Amino acid sequence: MSHRPIAEDDLHAYVDRVLEPERQAEVAAYLGDHPDVARRVAAFTSQRDLLRAALAPIADEPLPAELNLARIIEQRSWRPAMARLAMAAMLLLSIGGLGGWAVRGTLEISPGGLAALAAEATASYNVYAPDHVRPVEVRAPDIAELVQWVSDRLHRPVKVPDLTGSGYRLMGGRLVATSHGPAAMFMYDDDRGSRLVVLTRPMNSADQNAPMTPKSQDDVGGFVWADDGLGYSLIGRAAPESLRPIANEVRKQARAT
Amino acid sequence: MKDMLLQVEPLIPVLRRYARALVRNRADADDLVQDCLERAVSRWTQRHGGNVRAWLFAILHNLAVDRFRRSAARGRHVSIDETNEDHFGNAATQEQRLMYRDVLNKLAKLPEDQRAVLLLVAVEDLSYADAAHVLGVPVGTIMSRLSRARERLQQEIEGTADTPSTNVVPLWSEK
Repeated sequence: MSHRPIAEDDLHAYVDRVLEPERQAEVAAYLGDHPDVARRVAAFTSQRDLLRAALAPIADEPLPAELNLARIIEQRSWRPAMARLAMAAMLLLSIGGLGGWAVRGTLEISPGGLAALAAEATASYNVYAPDHVRPVEVRAPDIAELVQWVSDRLHRPVKVPDLTGSGYRLMGGRLVATSHGPAAMFMYDDDRGSRLVVLTRPMNSADQNAPMTPKSQDDVGGFVWADDGLGYSLIGRAAPESLRPIANEVRKQARAT
Repeated sequence: MKDMLLQVEPLIPVLRRYARALVRNRADADDLVQDCLERAVSRWTQRHGGNVRAWLFAILHNLAVDRFRRSAARGRHVSIDETNEDHFGNAATQEQRLMYRDVLNKLAKLPEDQRAVLLLVAVEDLSYADAAHVLGVPVGTIMSRLSRARERLQQEIEGTADTPSTNVVPLWSEK
């Protein structure tokens, strides 16, 4: 039982129902003993109820056409994308032949693209998957904390794929450094010593959207793809044919929001 | 941009409500929301994590303040759209409609900074910290503005607003 005096801020927080239950009870008890203050608080509460009731119907009105967000996004992204395409086309036309081929080459090997992401995921796998002491920094029970952390650092909402349907249990994850900024790494285990790593980070290159592509290096490999500016890579030591359905599952879950 | 659509689209109705409560004119309010959404689309990738709701309300609020300043500079009064108050809907009785209109008219008499705090906290359920972020002031300022807004609105409701200092019952406990 605390004995902190009731302050004005507590009375407003009481009206706005944002106090901890204990404090809420203390304020209620105080109001019981102080009818003058209780009258003011009741007046503030009825103001709040009245304002909410008066304004609530606005949020139920159908949205006018000019507030269609999908259209606003489309109008906005169309211009720069078309301008880039037009510029690339002009460049190819003006150079032509062999010159054009060289330009195409540099566009494909974009820094920070899919190939780089696959290499980064493989490096993370090679470092963290064999680790028996601390393979992950945040363990599965604290998953909410991990999601908050990596979402904050990646500046976008990151979801943790659930691979229990594929026989892999989430161990946890961590934020890892890549040469293209922070990435979120999640690690899974099949309880028979086989581990998987899913690495995801924003794509700052042309590969904002890219189909699923197999990548492997020695006997470590998996798949890499990009959806809506976020790149994903699933890496393990298992055979590619057994990893592909798991990669499909990761992609399906990431897309389903 | 898909994540933006998913996170922002559900918030458009509440952005409209806040804009309408601030400017009280449907067309002007929707113009503000449209400007807000266009800005949000162009700045989405530069957003520094955090709360999308507070971020959007901050953009909208700053646009509304700019508009208030511009119309004040032009000496033009922001028109109040009485005819558009049919938004109270058919569910409300005539008596309720009058009460709703009355409280909104009284709210409109509050200084803009007090009105904004009251709307963000009491209607839009922003935390005090998020409201502070939207208005660009410390939380302490939010609390004192909220207190003044509620006192002032209560005076308007009780019809004692012309003598503001004499009829105020202080909220401080006697400790």
